Amino acid sequence: MDFAKISRRHLLRGSAALTLGSVLGVRSAAAADTTIGFIYVGSRDDYGYNQAHAQGAAALKKMRGLKVVEEEKVPETDAVEKTIESMINLDGASLLFPTSFGYYNPHVIKMANKFPKLRFEHCGGLWSDKDPKNAGSYFGYIDEAQYISGIVAGYSTKSGKLGFVAAKPIPQVLRNINAFTLGAKLANPKATTQVIFTGDWSMPVKEAEATNSLIDQGVDVLTCHVDGPKTMVENAARRGAMVCGYHVNQSPLAPKAYLTGAEWNWEALYPKFVKMIAAGEAIPNFYRGGLKEEIVKCSPYGEAVSAEARKHADDIKAKLIAGGYTIFKGPIMDNKGKTVITAGTDRGQKDPELEKMDYLVEGVTGATS
Amino acid sequence: MADGTIGLWTVPLAVFGGAVRVSTPFLFVSLGECITERSGRINLGLEGTLIMGAMSAYGISYLSGSPWLGVLAAGITGALLGALHAGICSLPRVNDIAVGIALMLFGTGLAFYLGKPLIEPTAARLPAIDFGWWSDVPQVRAALRINVLFLIGVAIAPILFWAFRTTRWGLLIRTAGESSDAARAMGYSVLWIRLRATMAGGFLAGIGGSFLSLFYPGSWNEGLSSGQGITAVALVIFARWNPMLCLWASLAFGGAAALGPALQSVGVTSGYHLFNAAPYILTLAIMIITCSPKRTLTGAPAELSITR
Repeated sequence: MDFAKISRRHLLRGSAALTLGSVLGVRSAAAADTTIGFIYVGSRDDYGYNQAHAQGAAALKKMRGLKVVEEEKVPETDAVEKTIESMINLDGASLLFPTSFGYYNPHVIKMANKFPKLRFEHCGGLWSDKDPKNAGSYFGYIDEAQYISGIVAGYSTKSGKLGFVAAKPIPQVLRNINAFTLGAKLANPKATTQVIFTGDWSMPVKEAEATNSLIDQGVDVLTCHVDGPKTMVENAARRGAMVCGYHVNQSPLAPKAYLTGAEWNWEALYPKFVKMIAAGEAIPNFYRGGLKEEIVKCSPYGEAVSAEARKHADDIKAKLIAGGYTIFKGPIMDNKGKTVITAGTDRGQKDPELEKMDYLVEGVTGATS
Repeated sequence: MADGTIGLWTVPLAVFGGAVRVSTPFLFVSLGECITERSGRINLGLEGTLIMGAMSAYGISYLSGSPWLGVLAAGITGALLGALHAGICSLPRVNDIAVGIALMLFGTGLAFYLGKPLIEPTAARLPAIDFGWWSDVPQVRAALRINVLFLIGVAIAPILFWAFRTTRWGLLIRTAGESSDAARAMGYSVLWIRLRATMAGGFLAGIGGSFLSLFYPGSWNEGLSSGQGITAVALVIFARWNPMLCLWASLAFGGAAALGPALQSVGVTSGYHLFNAAPYILTLAIMIITCSPKRTLTGAPAELSITR
């Protein structure tokens, strides 16, 4: 199966080079003030991670004097360097958004050194002091939105059992699971979250099996952290369970079952970046934020969300936006009974300790390994 | 039981449900490949056919509103891809495995390209038959919502088994697969037989794809197959080119795929990577148990390029 994957990549790379050569070569004749290049690791309309970025790119397309070029399904290999070079050389791109985590090191760094006058904005939050100054890496604290989803889920569950379909036990995923669970416990102290790891970012059959298994166990509200939540949302809704979305708004897929969701808000961030550049301001190389900075947002509530849940969730949301509210506030125990954040310790969103998260909080059924 | 949960019973139930839900694409592709390989040719392109089938079924179901038209379209698409494979392979000195790999990439790429606008819309799905009407337990009812395509696949396996043994067509396909000289001496065109066998194989594989997009997981996206077509082709080898064994092997694979998530859901959380790998461990185990250095694979058609 690996074999099939590699070969497919080669084919896509080959065909991508062809289309770039022919289509974009012609297009670059048309002049525009600034050309911005977007590179996605998957399909631009996957109802997930890549679609969120494409929505941000779409917001830039509406701005005057900007031209946006996009390429999808660029693997996290030197293929991304070729894509970046052709966007620069053929399309005249001066600002690039390589949006996948694995593009950064070494590919984006290499390109930033090679084209020191151009700007590279990578999504993943990986920039460090040693990296070139014309590269930046931004990321959002989407666990804040997951916390809000958790509150809504906690009010909406009848069985007190929530389900989480997750890809891999890496810190970002664990942080989402934990924030979701802590939010749910705010609403319903007895609520538990059952987590199932599928092992990879896009495994539709396994995600569907995980969804069914969770519902068989009595779970009645589900959310996920996989690249394309479509499978989970549709299969859960078919079984009569409710869902909280992820990455983008999936409510069109299941209007009755959709409660709320944790979404990226790139359509607010990207125009902001462009305006900063136009005004001659420097974008911080390491740019991060949550609800307050409008990097993440919550989906509008579905009709099944009670007034009580809305009020509580809106209240916490307002506190998070105002600043000063801490999600990971001690004492917090992990699900093995060990204290992971001691009483009196507040781990705010920017705390680097949270980036190393390797535990599941009390109330989560599941293990990180 | 009282609180609506069924505890550890989830695991056998999920494995059973998984065997029924997940096995159908394996079943169709492996039965299709069985026909093709029995005629003496390997079509590795069935991964591409599966994905093309999934995409075309979803597209036609979305445009026409009828999932059954989608299934038919998937079958026809598969048959056309099969004809393409057989057509290229009938040229002199063409390697069927190489053509298969090319068609696998072609099918996948074409399906992704044509399927772009189909990711967002929701197409009409295939109906399920409720065999769980007798039970009050919702989990049992959910596991027993069985799709007609699965039943058709289960029925095709013994029919094929019988057809290979006793019908004229079965004999012809086997003759072409065991000795093309014999088939030629009888006055039959081997290429013609293989063309039809490959088209029939493609037809079934396409229908397998329609199950993926129209029933379970039940929507079109680009990660939908994730290698199931290729796995099913390999299944044929360890099912020893026997349609009945293809059926059992597909069921075992389906059940094994459900094992990982089911165990995690009841709290067996350690080593889930191992359980997720269950289908492949199963493959290895069966291969090791059944292989022998003293003889070639039993049941392998003599004309296959891997055994020749």
